[in-house]
Amino acid sequence: MGFVSVWFILFCAVAVLLYYTLPKKWQWPLLLVASCAFYASYDLRYFGFIAVTTVSVYFAACRISLLRARQNSYFQEHPELEKDAKKAYKAKTKKKTWAWLIACLLLNFGILFALKYINFFIGNINAIISIFSESKIPTFDKLLLPLGISYYTFKTAGYIIDVYFGRYEAEKNIFKLALFTSFFPTLLNGPIDRFPLTAPSLFASHSWDEKRTRFALQRIMWGYFKKVVIADRLVVAVIAIVSDPEKYTGVMVAVGALLYAAELYCDFTGGIDITIGVANLFGVEVSENFLRPFFSKNIAEYWRRWHITLGTWFKDYTFYPLCTAKPVMKLTKFCKNKFGAGVAKRVPIYVASIVLWFGTGAWHGASWNFILWGMGNCLVILVSQELTPLYKRFHAKHPNIDGKWHYKTMCIIRTNAIMCCLRLFDCYKDVPTTFKAFGSIFAKPSFGLLTGKTFLGLGLSAADYIIAFAGILLIFAVSMIQRRGSVREMIAKKGFAFRLAVFALLFAVIIVFGAYGLGYDSNSFIYSKF
Amino acid sequence: MDKIIEMLLQLHPDIDTSCDSLVDDGILNSIDVVTLVTEIFNEFDVTVPASEIVPENFNSASAIWEMVSGLMDE
Amino acid sequence: MRSKVVLRAAICVLVFAFLFFCLQRLLMPKYTREAEEGRLTAEYYGSDKNHDVLFVGDCEVYENISPVTLWREYGISSYVRGSPQQLIWHSYYMLEDALRYETPKIVVFNVLSMKYGEPQNEAYNRLALDGMRFSSTKLKAIKASMKSEESLISYLFPILRFHSRWNELNSDDLKYMFRSTPQLSVGGYLMRVDTRPLNTDPPVGHQLMDYSFADICWEYLEKMRSLCEENGIQLVLMKAPTVAPYWYPEWESQIREYAEKHSLKYYNFLDHVETIGIDYTTDTYDEGQHLNVWGAEKLSAFFGKELAAIGAPDRRAEKDFAESWAKLCERYDAVKKYQLEILEQTGTITGFPVPE
Repeated sequence: MGFVSVWFILFCAVAVLLYYTLPKKWQWPLLLVASCAFYASYDLRYFGFIAVTTVSVYFAACRISLLRARQNSYFQEHPELEKDAKKAYKAKTKKKTWAWLIACLLLNFGILFALKYINFFIGNINAIISIFSESKIPTFDKLLLPLGISYYTFKTAGYIIDVYFGRYEAEKNIFKLALFTSFFPTLLNGPIDRFPLTAPSLFASHSWDEKRTRFALQRIMWGYFKKVVIADRLVVAVIAIVSDPEKYTGVMVAVGALLYAAELYCDFTGGIDITIGVANLFGVEVSENFLRPFFSKNIAEYWRRWHITLGTWFKDYTFYPLCTAKPVMKLTKFCKNKFGAGVAKRVPIYVASIVLWFGTGAWHGASWNFILWGMGNCLVILVSQELTPLYKRFHAKHPNIDGKWHYKTMCIIRTNAIMCCLRLFDCYKDVPTTFKAFGSIFAKPSFGLLTGKTFLGLGLSAADYIIAFAGILLIFAVSMIQRRGSVREMIAKKGFAFRLAVFALLFAVIIVFGAYGLGYDSNSFIYSKF
Repeated sequence: MDKIIEMLLQLHPDIDTSCDSLVDDGILNSIDVVTLVTEIFNEFDVTVPASEIVPENFNSASAIWEMVSGLMDE
Repeated sequence: MRSKVVLRAAICVLVFAFLFFCLQRLLMPKYTREAEEGRLTAEYYGSDKNHDVLFVGDCEVYENISPVTLWREYGISSYVRGSPQQLIWHSYYMLEDALRYETPKIVVFNVLSMKYGEPQNEAYNRLALDGMRFSSTKLKAIKASMKSEESLISYLFPILRFHSRWNELNSDDLKYMFRSTPQLSVGGYLMRVDTRPLNTDPPVGHQLMDYSFADICWEYLEKMRSLCEENGIQLVLMKAPTVAPYWYPEWESQIREYAEKHSLKYYNFLDHVETIGIDYTTDTYDEGQHLNVWGAEKLSAFFGKELAAIGAPDRRAEKDFAESWAKLCERYDAVKKYQLEILEQTGTITGFPVPE
């Protein structure tokens, strides 16, 4: 039951109906039941995995909270304790909580690794072995990859790390934690929610609210528009280009990268719009995952605006902990003495950045393509960090240039060009093909390929291109307006008839121009396979 | 406290040191935060644990100072 | 305040539903310019349901059996519920659907579709089923016919299947958005007056690996037989006298055996071509695959005698029947005249032209 199916819409409709007619105390349990049903509609075997994660995280988090509570009550009962004694007790508690945390993380990331990365791992070992001998380690075929495992593993890992950090207490009700783990709108494509942000609205009782429902439905429709009218239409052409790198070289690689940018954006943000809209139907708030990322002026900013919850996850749970880890600090000190402050300052940032981007790359997929893609991002960000003095000098010479629209546009285009190049890793089947395709843009542009015949050979008709282009223009226009505030609020200020007309039109466009049904496979949401 | 302000000025010479939303407004990015943590380690010999790296602790010079002095007391 | 919200919500739902309905009417194929056979299933509901004989099957019935001839020669009131490449489960549910409206005395099933053990083409499912009125029979028919890539929901809301027709809409889509298309068949029969002779020997099929009919076909034949039995209907099997697709002797013996076992009448008209008087140089419009009207009239005249002999009553003396059939006869003659004129003027006929 993907987002693009009548069954999903009916499922949500029934769930909403029950949600607001049942007694309020049954609201969050109903969501849990609905989430289980949603999960079961894919594969019953997935249940085991998500259950292990939920139960293990629940118990470990409770243990950590309990140990900390014990420590605090011990300190209260013994106010006479010396500072050193307190410190010793604290260290003891910390050791125990640390053990629980690590055991829990090892288990859950172990499952993720075993299911998602083991074959990649074995493949690489085999590649090394093959230098010396003929023998091979067999890979596992038919490994189960439970739906949303990357999302819920990260979500629950964030939760238990926060509990360990003492940012909040562990949830005492295992069913509530289970709902947080499995909340069905977020299973397919995230976002990777934070417990304290979602939990209050997830477990609260909600009365039906006209405006909230209206806004939610509008957002869902907007998501479907992006997803089925544009993304699912363009994906045909993107696949045609990247699956035949011999035929589509040079300028067509660039065309593919542009089409892919539009497709990926519409697919992923469309999916998130549907997710957030559906969650809002139940009065549940989940995190925003995008903030008009294509308007970013540099890559670092892009990553603060694209897949926001993944970026902040890695920042909070790998980047900062690594930067402040004792060994890294020691290394920093060592470097300061040996090579001076300039080098020392960079050590933690470089170490943590490389790990962060390795992780981000691997999160997206178990292949060297993604890892190189991550490293590429890392390189661009670090280089631009190193170039900061240069930028500063440039800005000192041209003090007012920041506000000029042409400078801003230039920055935005540059950022998107770099991202499009990096995304090529995401498109082609392996690393050499990617480099070959990228190289051909400059080595052999073959502008002769830019003909109507080439484009019509990609599986889309002229009318399809017109619709996709018009749709992208509409999204661009809406994004421009969005900079001045919520578009839905603006529409809400107009009359009822106007609103009805706008959304009836959007509805008709989705129904008629959507690329769904026979001949189209709409359910391969790009981000659900991660 | 002055040391903290000095560090901030070194990072961003044009910074408003009385600002109390440095992280929330995006003036300090994650790399700046880590640079500060490293500087604090060098200057005060205090390791800022990852659990303390939350926006509230880095939003203003005084917040950073409060956190550092709290850590020094332990 | 509350009532205002409810009212607005109701208006929204109505507007969206109406819009959905209109778009669906607009985008559904009208089958006026191609695949005209897609109109056959729905046309049944407009007929006077007074039929003593009902034919089910593929083009071998709806292009070869002319109910008007059966009426004129023997006073038999009959209807052909055919659709292109009608598979046996289609036939079964066509019959079940017809039984909701009337109970004929005789049901004739054309056995050619026994050769197909699985759905062949999604389009033929659409042609057979989209015109069927909604009922539990239709649901069962859809479930039985769907290929793995199809979905039930797209039969309940055909716009989900046909929305991509937006770039091939034509004036007929607007014209027949809320109006029904002109009557195409006469009693379910599709007429062609032109001739394209078969000048060679009839083709012979390649050797097959396996001549036995699929289990599922036997199952449906059994179902059809017991459905007829329950309703006191006499089931008759036929094989039309068309030379392609090739009808293998191995198939023939299986059907014969079944008919004997259950004492069913079985007519293989391929064995009676000369008695019927069919001449493949004049009586077919596509080299022996389908009969033209001249061939169909000969076949119907022959078959009518048999049907009358096994109990199809002569209704010519009954006023209700006579009135209803007079209209059909008039229509039949008009279509024939219209096509003959076209043939004379242009020399060819495409599709199944009928006067407005």
